[in-house]
Amino acid sequence: MAKLVAGVATSHVPAIGAAIDLGKTQEPYWQPLFKGYEPAKKWIAEQKPDVIILVYNDHASAFSLEMIPTFALGCAAEFLPADEGWGPRKVPVVKGHPELAWHIAQSVILDEFDLTIVNNMAVDHGLTVPLSLLFGQPAEWPCQVIPLAVNVVQYPPPTGSRCYNFGKAIRRAVESFDQDLKVMIFGTGGMSHQLQGPRAGLINRAFDTAFLDNLTADPLGLARMPHIDYVREAGSEGIELVMWLIMRGALDEKVREVYRFYHVPASNTAVGHIILENEA
Amino acid sequence: MPLKVNPNPFDDIPGTTLFDAQRSRQGYHLNMFCMSLMKPDNRAAFKADEAAYLQKFPMTQAQRDAVLKRNWNGMIELGGNIYFLAKLFSTDGKSFQQVAAIMTGSSQEDYANMMINGGRSADGNRSKKEWQNRG
Repeated sequence: MAKLVAGVATSHVPAIGAAIDLGKTQEPYWQPLFKGYEPAKKWIAEQKPDVIILVYNDHASAFSLEMIPTFALGCAAEFLPADEGWGPRKVPVVKGHPELAWHIAQSVILDEFDLTIVNNMAVDHGLTVPLSLLFGQPAEWPCQVIPLAVNVVQYPPPTGSRCYNFGKAIRRAVESFDQDLKVMIFGTGGMSHQLQGPRAGLINRAFDTAFLDNLTADPLGLARMPHIDYVREAGSEGIELVMWLIMRGALDEKVREVYRFYHVPASNTAVGHIILENEA
Repeated sequence: MPLKVNPNPFDDIPGTTLFDAQRSRQGYHLNMFCMSLMKPDNRAAFKADEAAYLQKFPMTQAQRDAVLKRNWNGMIELGGNIYFLAKLFSTDGKSFQQVAAIMTGSSQEDYANMMINGGRSADGNRSKKEWQNRG
C-alpha cells in the first residue's frame, strides 16, 4: 500500500526561482537563504519519495477569472512550466502520477471533498520553486508530482479548518492506494507578506514563529484561525498559509519536527520552511 | 449567512484591499486585459499603442486611465488584483518589489532597505485607527 511519510512546507517566492535560474544563489543577498535549504536537500535525497502531492496556488497563470476552482487536482501525466509573462522557467517538465491522482480524486469526492479534476494545466512558480529549492537543478525531477492548486487569490479562500480536514481525506485516499509508494505532501506559500497597497512589505516574525511552532504544538488551534487574522497579522498574501494546513492535516496527529528554517527577506516575503515526519 | 457583513471587519485593515466578490466583478475586464499580456503578440500590440489596445476591453475610462498612468493603487481600488497586475508590470520590465515600493510611496532604495531590515512591522499597522493616530 502507499504510505504518506512526511510533510514539507516552504514559501514559493518567484524571485527565488529567478535567483536559481539566473545563477545568483551565491550572491550575498541570496546566499543565506539557499544555505538554509541545504539540510532539506540532503534529507529529501536520502528519503527518496516516489510521489509528492504538491499543494500550491496558481497566480493567474493556469486559471484567470474565467474559472476559479477552490481545489483543483492535476490528474495528467505531465504538466508544463507556465509562461508567467517572461517566458516559462527552464525547469524540467513535471511528471504526474495519473493513477494515484485519479484515485485521490475519486476517494476524496466520495469523502465529500468535491474538488475539480484537471487534465491540462500549466504549473507556475508556486509549484516549481519548491521543487527547485528541494531538488536543485536536475535534468529531470527525481519523483512524480501531483499538483493540487488551491484558490487563495479570490476571496474567500477555503478556511483553515476545511484545508486541515481535506488533508485528512487526502491521507485516507493515499493509504487506500494499492501500490507500494512512498508519498510526501508539500504545503507551499507564505509566510507573512503583503504585495499590494500602502501596507506592502508587512512582515510578522512573531506570527510566523508561532505558526511554525503550532504545526506541532497545536495544529487544531491553528486550523481554527479565521481569515482576518491571517490578513491583519501576516499580510494580504499571508493568507496562502492556509495551504500549509492541508499538508498538516495529511500527517499524524503527533509529528516530529525534523528541520526548520526562517529568513527575511526574499523580495517582499518572509521565507519559512519546515519538515515534519510522522512518528511511525 | 449573509455575503456582506456590515461593517466589513476587513475594511479596518489599513492600506489593504481584499479581492472580494465585489472587486472581482468590478475588475473583471481590467484583470482579463492584464491576463492577455501573457501572450507575446499581445504584449507587442499593447506596447505599440496602449490606448488603442485598451479599447478592446470593455473597461471603464477610469480603469483605462489608471493603466495608462500606471497608477497601481488606483488599479487595485478599481478591482485590479496584484497577480493580474503583475502581467502588466512584467511587460514594463518591473518586479514585484519595484511596484510594491511605488504603492507604498517609498523610493526603491528605502523600500529595499526596509525589507532587508525585517520588513514593515505589524505593530502600528493592524488597524486604521493606528494609522490615524500616527498623524
